[in-house]
Amino acid sequence: MIKIENLHKSYQTGANSLHVLKGLNLNIKEGELVSIMGSSGSGKSTFLNILGILDEADEGKYLLDGVPIKNLSEKKAANYRNKFLGFIFQSFNLIGYKSAIDNVALPLYYQGMKRAERLDRAMQYLEKVGLADWATHLPNQLSGGQKQRIAIARALASDPKVLLADEPTGALDTKTSYEIMNLIQEINDEGKTILVVTHEEDIAEMTKRIVHLRDGVIIKDTPVQQKRALDYV
Amino acid sequence: MFNRDQWDEILESLSSNWFRTIMTAFGVFWGIFILVILLAAGNGLGNGVKSNFSGLATNSMFMWSQPTSISYGGLNKGRRYNFKIGDVDAIKRNVKGLKIVSPRNRLGGFGGDNNVQRGLKKGAFNVYGDYPQIIEQQPMDITAGRFINQIDIDNERKVAVIGYSVVNELYTADEEILGTYVKINGVNFQVIGVYEKKGMRGQDVEEASKEIIVPFSTYGKAFHTGEDVGFMSITADDDHTITELKQEVFDVIKKRHRIAPEDNRAVGNFDLYQQFKKINGLMTTLNAVAYFVGILVLLSGIIGISNIMLIVVKERTNEIGVRRALGATPWSIKSQVLSESIFLTIIAGMAGISFATGVLWIANKYLDQIESDSIMFADPSVGLGAIITALLILVVSGLLAGFIPAQNAIKIKPVDALRTE
Repeated sequence: MIKIENLHKSYQTGANSLHVLKGLNLNIKEGELVSIMGSSGSGKSTFLNILGILDEADEGKYLLDGVPIKNLSEKKAANYRNKFLGFIFQSFNLIGYKSAIDNVALPLYYQGMKRAERLDRAMQYLEKVGLADWATHLPNQLSGGQKQRIAIARALASDPKVLLADEPTGALDTKTSYEIMNLIQEINDEGKTILVVTHEEDIAEMTKRIVHLRDGVIIKDTPVQQKRALDYV
Repeated sequence: MFNRDQWDEILESLSSNWFRTIMTAFGVFWGIFILVILLAAGNGLGNGVKSNFSGLATNSMFMWSQPTSISYGGLNKGRRYNFKIGDVDAIKRNVKGLKIVSPRNRLGGFGGDNNVQRGLKKGAFNVYGDYPQIIEQQPMDITAGRFINQIDIDNERKVAVIGYSVVNELYTADEEILGTYVKINGVNFQVIGVYEKKGMRGQDVEEASKEIIVPFSTYGKAFHTGEDVGFMSITADDDHTITELKQEVFDVIKKRHRIAPEDNRAVGNFDLYQQFKKINGLMTTLNAVAYFVGILVLLSGIIGISNIMLIVVKERTNEIGVRRALGATPWSIKSQVLSESIFLTIIAGMAGISFATGVLWIANKYLDQIESDSIMFADPSVGLGAIITALLILVVSGLLAGFIPAQNAIKIKPVDALRTE
């Protein structure tokens, strides 16, 4: 599903050049649940941004579902993000003045789907994350865990190939974190490919494969025995 | 582009801060209000001035004889001469493009002795000897009876058409006027009609209607002017202006009266067309000034909108980042900002136009009541053309106002936009 070869990325800060990613190679197959671990500054956020087509690598190859991601126009990039990727952010990033269901329907809006159909689809995903009763609530009327569920529903709404989660539990307490991880595991069980960036050991252990990143190189890439989040809730 | 969702988006974001939206809109509201009021005021002034010309054949001049200023053909300078009735035909024959040539004579004048008498009542009035076509050059309403005609001229009938101010002075109320006689310089004329001058406002009509018109031929006989013509009123046809033809007219006169061709003082004239053109030019200038000032005021309103849109875009950087991560194309972000600014501009502009229209409506009502006073201001209004122009200006300015903010909105990379809190 994701094929990375010899990926390089550096940032220009004044006169200095900061080499953030130094030749990454990674292969992720369909249906995997992978966590990317590393301390801050290890390059994991940059890596995720490149995977999310929000940023572009200086060098190397990136194939997403067989499609080369290289030199895309902004329009094309937006199109690919919409079609291939679903984003889950640490700070949820819901749009404050839109109700839960409108937030979930937003990616479908950018697909040009009709309003009625869009809201119908959005409702299905709200039911999936267990928040159908909260459809008309604004984000600030919801708890952190609920907000993240809405965000997950939104990420799923356009039925993307890959879910990219950037510290999805970073702003949540342990119990809520496990609930969210449980939801992510359930979605993965249905066959969705998911990447989770985290620095929390226990969260990483709930995935099926851990990729360790340090100073821009992959130092360890190991499959793990998945711990079911449900056992801890 | 404008489906329901886009409207929802626009309304959602505009209504998220009502106070700011209204304050921003006020700038444009005020700008378009000033623009419309200025244009209407310019129009009002124009209407007021033009109503003084209304119906008047503006493509006309008046021409009278003056003492010569150059000796010529053995004749001394300072010689006085009179136009003759034969000049009229000569002018018509030699100058192509004229519509009407009216020879006129005048008796009496402002502050003159009482020259008209009826029974015991007396008055000082201007008495004109005229041809019937004068009514096409100096419009008047015949309120009773008829105007003079060619038969009156041919038969040298002693008939008179009197202005309504004459009626007021020489007749008592309810008195039968037509068929009565008035004595002008001792000669009796039968009254066949009453008229009121058009194109004069307020008090002027009163003064301008202190006139009596009698047939030109009768005038010559009765007041011993013979073939002499006091002055002429000449109108050019629609394909020519009197200004371009008048020199030819002067040349004919000079030739027939042995006046030096270069003697410019011997023929006095008042070119109505030139005056009219000057006033028209003034109105055009006024209109241009109104547009200029109005658009400048509007511009400051537009800059206000642009400013606020910049802030809104800045505030929503993170939201824009999220939208782009969810698949919003740069154009959809841009069109969102643009449509917000156009929408705001047009709504504010419409309100401004409506408010200005209301103010004009009230002003018109008030002006109607004081119309009898001779103020040079009438019917301040703006045409549909001006409104459409204003709306076009609004759409363009809305686009301009949104352009830089929209550009800013997509300038920042999605990844940076997402990082902004």
